[in-house]
Amino acid sequence: MKYLHNIGVYFLMIKDMFRKPTKWSVMKNLILKDIDDLIINSLGIVAFISFFVGGVVAIQTSLNISNPLIPKYLVGFATRQSIILEFAPTFISIIMAGKVGSFITSSIGTMRVTEQIDALEVMGINSLNYLVFPKLIALSLYPFAISIAMFLGILGGLVACVYGGYGSYEDYIQGVQLDFITFHIIYAFIKTLVFAFILATIPSFYGYYMRGGALEVGKASTTSFVWTSVVIILLNYLITSLLLG
Amino acid sequence: MIVVDNLHKSFGDAHILKGISTSFEKGKTNLIIGQSGSGKTVFLKCLLGLYSYEKGSISYEGKSLNDMTPNEKRDLRADIGMVFQGSALFDSMTIAENVMFPLRMFTKQSKSEMEDRVNQVLNRVNLDGAQHKMPSEASGGMQKRVAIARAIVNNPKFLFCDEPNSGLDPKTAIVIDNLIQEITDEFNITTVINSHDMNSVMEIGEKIVFLKNGHKEWEGSKDTIFKTDNEAVTNFVYSSELFKKVRKMYLEDNT
Ligand SMILES: Nc1ncnc2c1ncn2[C@@H]1O[C@H](COP(=O)(O)OP(=O)(O)OP(=O)(O)O)[C@@H](O)[C@H]1O
Ligand SMILES: [Mg+2]
Repeated sequence: MKYLHNIGVYFLMIKDMFRKPTKWSVMKNLILKDIDDLIINSLGIVAFISFFVGGVVAIQTSLNISNPLIPKYLVGFATRQSIILEFAPTFISIIMAGKVGSFITSSIGTMRVTEQIDALEVMGINSLNYLVFPKLIALSLYPFAISIAMFLGILGGLVACVYGGYGSYEDYIQGVQLDFITFHIIYAFIKTLVFAFILATIPSFYGYYMRGGALEVGKASTTSFVWTSVVIILLNYLITSLLLG
Repeated sequence: MIVVDNLHKSFGDAHILKGISTSFEKGKTNLIIGQSGSGKTVFLKCLLGLYSYEKGSISYEGKSLNDMTPNEKRDLRADIGMVFQGSALFDSMTIAENVMFPLRMFTKQSKSEMEDRVNQVLNRVNLDGAQHKMPSEASGGMQKRVAIARAIVNNPKFLFCDEPNSGLDPKTAIVIDNLIQEITDEFNITTVINSHDMNSVMEIGEKIVFLKNGHKEWEGSKDTIFKTDNEAVTNFVYSSELFKKVRKMYLEDNT
């Protein structure tokens, strides 16, 4: 019952977010600030994780190919596929649910408990539009972060493969170029955009509708992380079975 | 002038305001007093239109909140200044940006006009030179004064303050009270203040409404509160020995 109620409130929140837009001169700065906070500030961790996980995927794949009949270029191929299809869009989004999600929940939640949201409302501002909409716009740049993750993941695989002595540069590149299916990229970016929407809205929901004090802000961040991840994983399953299944 | 008639407000099953009727006159400092949890903040937020209410009416200059069109509400909001219990400064903005915020939202002034106005009100609350500080770098008393500056920057007709001097030392508290009183007189605005500070009651209570458990238990002024024999009021107001003595002396002097 409570879940159903929350889902209803969530969709009403999304509808209200588009009502009564904030002045553009103010909104512009909010969007730029959120791009900085949510996207630019995440690039470091995204790049770091992608590069090293890409390397590990390549090493694991090559260690598990003991059969001499399997061509060497398979390492590049398998790394590319796992990174583009799952690792970059999904795995990175779960990490972002922790990093960006808890940032959003705690910053909006703090504004709730310190009455900053009430202060906005008193001034006749649609606080949902003011707070959530710029985050949604900022996160529409999320596919760029994921592109970087894809590139660095594949690069990490190459570096690990060549410098670790698991295969040659030529074999890896051949594998990366093999059987390239454009739709896989489209699929990956559709997922990314859906996850971006989830990353902007679910943590905002938990921050905006929280009540209590500083302790509750911490709890709300945790709950928000759990539900954001759960929804991302479920939608990943759904989108994959719809688009690739 | 704000008129409240038979106001009821609940959160779920909890009935918080149980039929409050009163009025707040222009050019006066109106105080709402009562124990913690008596519903002062909820009452103020109903007046501001932040909370909806189930029953009763609130009208500003004869016009009921519920009958207002969105444009009329917008115009009313531009005329309202609010100082929240915890100051509620936007912590991502500097003090000057905080104070400038209502001007950016409600007016079409140029940047330099807004800056002039901000400097003027910061000067009014004795905060010259604090423009570029962040709220987190300011003391509680400074934050309160910034909040007051933000509330008055757009020349409001109605000023609401939720416990403007809680958590301040007695001297700073009086400075804040006097500031609010002066602003009220100077611009002839309708001011409503939530308080449980007895100094404020004695200093600036031109009208006092005493709330208890969501009821209006008593109303009067700083002059009549000495003489009342309403037990709830005297227990609340004269809870300390000092105030009991003051009251006794006052009553002896005036009989
Ligand atoms: N958003 C809310 N949801 C549910 N109950 C609330 C809400 N806000 C306030 N209450 C309840 O309403 C009652 C009155 O609270 P209110 O904040 O108005 O008290 P107050 O008189 O301002 O107290 P204080 O002097 O401590 O600020 C309290 O019992 C509180 O728990
Ligand atoms: Mg209160």
